[in-house]
Amino acid sequence: MEDVEEALRSALLLALSGDNEAYVAFLTRTGAHLRSYFRRRLASSPNDVEDLVQETLLAIHNRRHTFEPTARLMPWLYAIARYKLIDLLRAQSPRRAIEVALDDDEGIAELVHADASPAETRRDLAKLLDALPDRYRLPIVLVKLEGRSVAEAAQATGISQAAIKVGIHRGLKKLAAIVAKRR
Amino acid sequence: MKTEALIAMLANGPVQVAPGAVARRVLAAVAVGGAVALGVVLAALRLRPDLAAAVHAPMFWLKLAVPVVVAALAIVAVRRLARPGGRAGPVVAIGAVLAVVLAAFAVADVALAPAGERAAIVLGRTALPCVVLVTALSLPGLAALFVALRSLAPTRLRAAGAAAGALAAGVGAAIYALHCNEMTLPFVAVWYALGMAVPAALGALLGPRWLRWS
Repeated sequence: MEDVEEALRSALLLALSGDNEAYVAFLTRTGAHLRSYFRRRLASSPNDVEDLVQETLLAIHNRRHTFEPTARLMPWLYAIARYKLIDLLRAQSPRRAIEVALDDDEGIAELVHADASPAETRRDLAKLLDALPDRYRLPIVLVKLEGRSVAEAAQATGISQAAIKVGIHRGLKKLAAIVAKRR
Repeated sequence: MKTEALIAMLANGPVQVAPGAVARRVLAAVAVGGAVALGVVLAALRLRPDLAAAVHAPMFWLKLAVPVVVAALAIVAVRRLARPGGRAGPVVAIGAVLAVVLAAFAVADVALAPAGERAAIVLGRTALPCVVLVTALSLPGLAALFVALRSLAPTRLRAAGAAAGALAAGVGAAIYALHCNEMTLPFVAVWYALGMAVPAALGALLGPRWLRWS
């Protein structure tokens, strides 16, 4: 926890004194933590996660003058993340907004330990994909992760192009269901 | 938009900020609110005519001290609540203790007074104008503080609104004390307190809606 706090805090302090490269590093790493934190809280609507990450990064940017240089960073970040999350949930589901509001300070550890570096994310996704049957898994891996075209994927697997498309569609739905069940 | 593109966009431009923005904006709001209230007192209400003599009476300073202490505690709370995750902190407990002390002195004052004068030292002659005018003189400060808080980032909006109300009220009541010629502690403990409670309650009421930022 100290490592995350110190690393992010010193990056932000550098940024606030005019180092824009440090700012990119700060926002990128903060974004990874936010992504992982929101992903857990928004498992039922994964499409909102990246939007909320961006919204929160924007809020952090616009309110950066409210960070006190001598204060700890993670409570500040967490308070903004939670504020934006409650804002979103209030519109969607008032009951869940209250639940998050009641989390209060417990969720901060979740934000700190939430390490969603891209590598970690891929490992997580790979594990999830393993749970899918081949007819869903292969189309997703080839087209969505490796970026091949539907035609190439069909050729490589011997599955028809139509089946590849259906496999991606159903497979992603199934993945979302698995993620939602994990909550 | 991709998140990396957003980050690049945010970092492409001046990122540097001068430290102390929270304190500066809160103090500026207090100055604006106080200046408007003082202007109203000077122009419309007038200073109390015996001000030159009153400054020699300890009660004059005590009456001024009560709202000044409220403002001093509230400004600490506002500055803390203006930041994400900030809480009011120990000033709430300190304020509660001081309120109990004030109430105790006021009760003792009433108890020690001759039976025939008790009502008069509590009610004074300007109870209603006191409550109304303290509230009215607080409103410019409350408005200015709300504007300031919206440019900051409170996350406990009700508490932030209440603290802003208390701060505006302390400033407004201190300025009203230059006009008011009541000279008893029980009067201050009841009517000044009530006049300051109204803006604080108003701030708590409006905070959740008006202090939202995105």
